Amino acid sequence: MNEKRGIILAGALTGIIAVILVIFGNPLNMGFCIACFVRDITGALGMHRAAPVQYIRPEIIGLVLGAFASALAFREFKSTGGSAVILRFLLGAFMMMGALIFLGCPLRMLLRMAGGDLNALAALPGYILGIWVGVQFLQRGYTLGAAGEQPSLNGLAGPLASVVLLVIAAAAPAYIFFSTEGPGSMRAPLAISLGAGLLVGIMAQRSRLCTMGAFRDLLLFKDFHLFSGIAALFIAAAAGNILGGYFNPGFAEQPVAHAEALWNFLGMGIVGLAAVLAGGCPLRQLILTGEGNGDAAATTLGTVFGAAVMHNFGWAASPAGVVQEARILVVFLWILLLVIASVITWQVRLLEKQKEAQKAPSGSGRASSAGRAG
Amino acid sequence: MNSIFVDCCGLSCPEPVIKARNAMQEPGNGEVKVKVSSTVARDNVSRTARSMGWNVKVAEEGEYFLLTLTRP
Repeated sequence: MNEKRGIILAGALTGIIAVILVIFGNPLNMGFCIACFVRDITGALGMHRAAPVQYIRPEIIGLVLGAFASALAFREFKSTGGSAVILRFLLGAFMMMGALIFLGCPLRMLLRMAGGDLNALAALPGYILGIWVGVQFLQRGYTLGAAGEQPSLNGLAGPLASVVLLVIAAAAPAYIFFSTEGPGSMRAPLAISLGAGLLVGIMAQRSRLCTMGAFRDLLLFKDFHLFSGIAALFIAAAAGNILGGYFNPGFAEQPVAHAEALWNFLGMGIVGLAAVLAGGCPLRQLILTGEGNGDAAATTLGTVFGAAVMHNFGWAASPAGVVQEARILVVFLWILLLVIASVITWQVRLLEKQKEAQKAPSGSGRASSAGRAG
Repeated sequence: MNSIFVDCCGLSCPEPVIKARNAMQEPGNGEVKVKVSSTVARDNVSRTARSMGWNVKVAEEGEYFLLTLTRP
């Protein structure tokens, strides 16, 4: 019961905070967007040169540090990692690529819907389809393998890097790029953005809020727990938008969005599938990074790489739509993800069969060995 | 009734839940012991087991949690 109230509260407050960030200057329907904000940071550091989308978004820093503080306080900080790091990096990159076709991470998809952007309604079934496809692999044994304990510094790297970013954001040295026009120039004051990130980081760490897990658990186990969180988020953000006068239903001329339904659908499908394969949506990866999960940090670095690729090659979508090369990329990424998931699942099953064949003669099967030393 | 052990250390959710659930759904199993290494996995497996009507007992073993799930 208590857990249930926690996730609904975390979702609802996140939705409200997202609207407050818009009031204070963030782009419309972009109180939070993990993909957009990581992309902005990538640009601020000069790893892409798309001038309108460069800023060190304090929300991202806050999310990691909030989760870090919360994990420390509740003795949940643990330096772990070492599970298929390169694959996770790539899955992170693919997640970002899909998100920059749609123009938003799944969190922003919800916020766009809550702001009346009906284009996001085409992305939602795509996201769910991607998650459903991922779930099929999970049910057949897909796994990236177990993570293990790592040196403390490995887990601290994410939070420490966030502190460095915060210093750079505050000092704003000349070699860092800050947009003077476009979405990157629209921002709430640093302290408010940081505070919002910290608050949501703490709540997301406690409640395990995840936009992918919400649909995945529903499809896998008919478990509404995480879903209740994002439902609350959507309702709170929609209410906030209506009260604040930001609710503007329609398809055309939506803020930082395009109206190409098919590509919104397929782009967000990539995010859903890659998120299942990587074990969390972009938001969840940031929270896990704060908890000392080096694998999640690698996934987040992958999103930085993905953002650089999309903007350096001019493949990221814009309000003008999706370029031809990016459409080819979408199809290619769908195929690539299916191949990766199939190969891993096939290999896991093969290994299991081999293990069972080895066990069979000795007879004892899967007997208990619960007392095994930890 | 069988007792079986499922080692989910290092696995991230939902994998521990899937493995525990598969073990609970096998008709012969009356007790499923699940070893996990994170509080998230502990909470998720516990929640799933309870929602399936199973009893859950949690023991902390150093860095790990041993969940004993018993058929009601």
